[in-house]
Order: sequence, then C-alpha cells, then structure tokens
Amino acid sequence: MSLNLLLRLIVTFLLLQSVNIYAQEAQPLETNATVEVQVQRLSEELRCLVCQNQTLADSHAELAQDLKQEIREMATKGMTDQAIIDYLVARYGDFVRYRPPLNTVTAMLWLGPFTLLLAGGVGLFVMLRRRQKMTLDAPLNEDEVRQVRELLNK
Amino acid sequence: MKRALIPLVIFLVMAGFLFRGLYLDPREVPSPLVGKPTPQFSLPRLDDAKKVFSPKEMLGKVWLLNAWASWCPACKDEHPLLVELSKTGFVPLVGLDYKDTNQDAQQWLDQAGNPYIANAVDADGRVGIDYGVYGVPETYVIDKSGVIAYKQIGPVTYESLRDKIIPLVKRLQAQ
Repeated sequence: MSLNLLLRLIVTFLLLQSVNIYAQEAQPLETNATVEVQVQRLSEELRCLVCQNQTLADSHAELAQDLKQEIREMATKGMTDQAIIDYLVARYGDFVRYRPPLNTVTAMLWLGPFTLLLAGGVGLFVMLRRRQKMTLDAPLNEDEVRQVRELLNK
Repeated sequence: MKRALIPLVIFLVMAGFLFRGLYLDPREVPSPLVGKPTPQFSLPRLDDAKKVFSPKEMLGKVWLLNAWASWCPACKDEHPLLVELSKTGFVPLVGLDYKDTNQDAQQWLDQAGNPYIANAVDADGRVGIDYGVYGVPETYVIDKSGVIAYKQIGPVTYESLRDKIIPLVKRLQAQ
C-alpha cells in the first residue's frame, strides 16, 4: 500500500465522518404529551391581555409566553382545566376568558342579541298581521266582482 | 306620526352607546384584585440582593406598589411625577421591577432619581402574574390592612394623582 493511497483512505474516512454529524429536530421543551394537549386547549380558550384580540395560543407577546409556561407548570402538577382557568380569572378577571361566563355584568352581552331578535320577530309578526287585515278589509264591489267573473270565464 | 319616530329612537339609543364607547379604553381591564388582600411574595431587593422585600413589611401603612421596568417607555413618562410625589413624603412608594435586569434598572434610577423606598426585583415576572400585571406601568393603592383599594392601569398622570390616588390615600390614611 503506497503512502499516497493510505492518505487518500484517511481523507476519505475523515470526509465520511461528516455524514454522521446530522442536524436534529429542535427538541420541544415539554415532554409530556397529555400536558401539552391541555396547554394547547386552554391557551385557545384564554385571551392574551397585551394583544387583546388574540388567544394565548396565537400570541407571541412575552406575557402570553409567560402565561403559557405558568399553565404548563400547573398542568404538570395535574390541575384541572377549571382550576387553571379559575387561577387566571382570579388575577386577570373574566376578560381573560374568550367565552365570558353569564353573570350580571355580562347579561346584556349574552342576552342582548336574543332580545333584539325576539323584538324584531314580534315587530315583523305584528306588521304582517296588520297587512293581512288591510287586505281583508277591502272587499270588491259588484262591478269588480263582475269583471273578475268575466276574466275567469274567458 | 308616532311610528315615524321609532327609527329615530333606535338611532339615538345606538348613537348613545357608540358615543360612550368612544371614551372607553379597552386596555383598562378592571382588576378582580381590587378589594382583595395583596398577593404575598418575597423578592430580592434591587439595592441589595441579599435583603428581601415582602408586602408584610408595609402592614399598618397606606402605600403604593408601582410595577415598572427600565425598558418601558410609559414608565419613564410617569417617573418625574413619582419622584415629585416621593419628595413630599406623602405616601411610601414601593417598586416592583418587572422583568428587568438589575443593572439597567439601577442605572435608570441613578440617572432619573429614585422615588422608591424599596424595589422588589421580579426578574421572571411571576409576582407580576399574581398581581394581574399585563402591561407596565401599573400602580396599586394598598390600605393599612394590606388590601388593594385601587389599581391604576397605565402611567400615573397628574390628573389621576389629583383626582383619584391622592384623595383615596388620604381617605385610607384617616381610617
């Protein structure tokens, strides 16, 4: 074996080593899948207070990241969805929930549209009834009756 | 004739709601913590990390807790007012240095004046979460028994001091 061939072999070997150095997928910080499902579910239910029309899941605000981390830790401890939501509501108020609960403050928000719908429905009904009466209250006179008969008998 | 007024009435009611809406700030989320005891914590102090600050130390006094950070422009807006307030010695002001670095915070206080009797360092923002902080600056008025009486969201202004905070502190001090 010549020195040249040996060198070639060594270089080839070294070059092949680089094949073994492969990039890895970024490891997720969390390892527990059920916890992650819970964090995801909750962060879609909760509002980011910095960018108010985004959920925690959508938001990249720092506070949203912190809150998600906080939720993750609570979920890891085995807290239920309700317990975690209560924890955040105690600090940030009902506004943190994307689906506000029905209470005296939010009654108008929840019931307002249905009240308006009902009022509109009643209004429409009354109006239609009145119109119906209007048409009934206009009977044909003799002349008109004769004209209709003639037309129908043609 | 009366029926013709119905759309007008509906319009006026809607206009009334919308007009009111113009003067509401969606960023001001009422805090559920008002009327509740201050969340307890124990955090290192900015001036001396070996010492800690805890709200318990303030029991028996009416005091203000001001969440701030050196990276927060609105905090710099309110800062001169806080410095003026602290000079009067009217009410003790404690800082909650929110998600800041000690070096930046200390540098800012050295440069702009230090209105705080103590600063608690909330480096990871955990205590901030307990207080429902969602954007600095926020200021809490806390009574002698350690109950939060009022939360000012956003910078303290001359008007908010004159109309809200100072009268409230006076009332609480008299209790």
